[in-house]
Amino acid sequence: MSADDDPLLRIADLAVDYRTARRSWTPAVDGVSLRVGPGEFVSLVGESGSGKTTLVQGALGLLPAAARIRGGSIAYSGVDVTGWNDRRMALVRGNYVGFIPQDPNTSLNPVKKIGQQVVEAVRFNRRAGETGDAARLREDALHSLRTAGLRDAERVFQQYPHELSGGMKQRALIAIALAGRPKIIVADEPTSALDVTVQKVILDHLVGLRDELGIGILLVTHDLGVALDRSDRILVMRHGRIVEEGPPRQVLEHTADDYTRRLLEAAPARHSGPLEPATGPRRPSADAPAVLRARGLTKTYRLRGRHNELQALDTVDLLLREGTTHAIVGESGAGKSTLASILAGFTTPDAGTVHAGDRALTGLRRGRLRELRRDLQFVFQNPYTSLDPRFTVGRIVAEPLRAFGLATGRHERAARVTALLRAVALDDSHLDRLPNQLSGGQRQRVAIARALALSPRILVLDEPVSALDVSVQAQILRLLVDLQAELGLSYVFVTHDLGVVRLIADDVTVMRDGVVVETGPVERVFHAPGHDYTRELLAAIPGAGLARAGAQ
Amino acid sequence: MTIDVDTPATPVLPAAAGQRPVARSPLRRLGAAARQPILVLSWIIVLVVLGWAVAPQLFTAHGPYDGNTAASFLPPGTEHWFGTDRLGRDLFARSVYGARTTLTATLLAVLIAFGIGTVVGLVSGFVGGIVDTVIMRLVDVFLAIPSLLLAMVVVSVLGYSTNNIALAVGISAIASFARVMRAEVLVVVHQDYVRAAYGVGVRRLGVMLRHVVPNSLGSVVALAALEVGSAVLAVAALGFLGYGAPPPQPEWGLLVAEGRDYVAVYPWASIMPGAALAIVVVATHRISTSLRKDRRR
Repeated sequence: MSADDDPLLRIADLAVDYRTARRSWTPAVDGVSLRVGPGEFVSLVGESGSGKTTLVQGALGLLPAAARIRGGSIAYSGVDVTGWNDRRMALVRGNYVGFIPQDPNTSLNPVKKIGQQVVEAVRFNRRAGETGDAARLREDALHSLRTAGLRDAERVFQQYPHELSGGMKQRALIAIALAGRPKIIVADEPTSALDVTVQKVILDHLVGLRDELGIGILLVTHDLGVALDRSDRILVMRHGRIVEEGPPRQVLEHTADDYTRRLLEAAPARHSGPLEPATGPRRPSADAPAVLRARGLTKTYRLRGRHNELQALDTVDLLLREGTTHAIVGESGAGKSTLASILAGFTTPDAGTVHAGDRALTGLRRGRLRELRRDLQFVFQNPYTSLDPRFTVGRIVAEPLRAFGLATGRHERAARVTALLRAVALDDSHLDRLPNQLSGGQRQRVAIARALALSPRILVLDEPVSALDVSVQAQILRLLVDLQAELGLSYVFVTHDLGVVRLIADDVTVMRDGVVVETGPVERVFHAPGHDYTRELLAAIPGAGLARAGAQ
Repeated sequence: MTIDVDTPATPVLPAAAGQRPVARSPLRRLGAAARQPILVLSWIIVLVVLGWAVAPQLFTAHGPYDGNTAASFLPPGTEHWFGTDRLGRDLFARSVYGARTTLTATLLAVLIAFGIGTVVGLVSGFVGGIVDTVIMRLVDVFLAIPSLLLAMVVVSVLGYSTNNIALAVGISAIASFARVMRAEVLVVVHQDYVRAAYGVGVRRLGVMLRHVVPNSLGSVVALAALEVGSAVLAVAALGFLGYGAPPPQPEWGLLVAEGRDYVAVYPWASIMPGAALAIVVVATHRISTSLRKDRRR
């Protein structure tokens, strides 16, 4: 057998089912074939529920107890491992295939030092005949950490996971994956929980490892932009099947499948200009009056159990013009959620003021603040937690009407609720459903309908699309743009995704560590960024290839 | 954080949403129940005992007070299922009639504990701050005292009667209800949908009644089911010690106590009512665990 004939990993016609009830099975992966050769970077792209993680778990022999392999085979370098028990698979994992899990914040043992955890991985994957004394193990572990891109390996070796940033934790996990000197690395959404700038560094490093060590890489991701930028081959997965396969160029320029085309269209990076509402282009005048103005907002959180404090906001100013969208961008910990929460009146600032029109919003009592809520509404990031699981859609949307005694009378209220649901492209059939019977996108539509119920002038949206799949994200963004044109709404739009900013915002404020780094109209900030950090953020947007193809 | 995580449950999410009503149909439920014979048996036991309490005359031909000194201490048999006691009274009949006394007291106790405990926990968790601290320290004090001891003290103060036993057992269980309720309320209060309700202008009372209470009651109801078992035991224990109904009246704890004097010679006089008591407690426990599992699903 030569290496040319047998790829590092070959999956043929794999089918995996999940048990839904005692005797009924639902297919999650349905006849998928895939191969990864030496030195190849293969990406597997799919939205949530497409079965991509199940496929990876199947390949690694890590399927949960409720799953079974119905058919197909898995082979590493021509050795068929289908149906191997866990003990035999354990010899394959680590030694032959390294695994990088999704969330670095939960994948390391919090009570063990990083060094110990890497040494453990090195020891388990010791090949026969190699010496296993402590000094040697330590040396190998340090080497592994350095290969994973941690320059200060000696220090990290002595640290606990909580002392490291997300990016460093992910590198430690890469070091663990590399400890057994694998021939192939499988990474399941390795950067989804990380900031864009960190994501770029980690992915670049994976590509570097591929070139340096000649290993194969299978990257699982939901972000087509990430996949297009770096892969040799891309597989698009949907409903447990591969719908498209090929090199990035081919996928981009000769898209064979409708679903892939929709995914490409939905990617924010594909569009270079702003989204146009259905009613025609919107022309917000440059001297539109301010509807929301924040001055010198400062907020400090006292961290529990320690004496140090966290400055979440430091004299932040913000100005929202009528009928426009002001985006607040930053990475995690930048203070953007705190800012949104203060603007919406959920949090009181230590210093500074917020004015909605000419009325002050800060320092109000509960009752007065409630009156202001009719003008200013909030949409939460996660539609899976922002709707009461026991309320039907109809009750959720009617709640603000009821709270303010608006649209009294059953018929009148029902008519208003229906109208609101129509406005967010839902209909009467959803009225009696509970949130758990809706998809993520539908839930977010319900949340938006609820926010619109009081006919507010301002909406504060805290990452309203970041919990949703790309294709759903595009629909919600379009809905928001249309509603803005129709109702003359003003948005404060918090996001970590600069691609989204380009699509919908007129002004943008870039934040870092609680401080405003840069603010101004989107065109200026994007084309002539005045600050290094803004440039860094712009460079980290995945999907540069997409943008090029979109411009053509 | 993204929700793009393919946890094992999500690949079937769209299908599962559609299947839910089907899985809940009565026929399927019956089918599912048949696979848990012990749970079914537990329900049957509890229903039968409830029947004893409601209409005892349907279950036995003997009266609880009908004695026949000639027939004293007959062993269990076809005529007298549990045997007879010193005065020749049918022990099965006395157990059946005793169910009413014991179960009424139990139910009353659980209702008191559930009602007061839930309100205390709700106020503590919802208001927070100094109120929370004060209430929870008081609850800690209550929890530190063994509940049976506390109940005995309460009965001693109020006087010996079945109703006072119920009150005493109820009071001694308030603390654990308050604790569980507060924990649930604290979780719910920080949910996004509660903040969202404030955001759309719902007042505090409305948020509390419409969002917080319904979403926190689940665990407390499961605890109530569990508490029924221990309340039966506590009521019987107090009856056994003589704090409850006066002797001729049939009551489970009292039945065991009356048989105790002859346990070496006529063991059934104590064992049969005791066994009935134990079986009921185990059955209620089984039911309450099934309730908790249902919630987790």
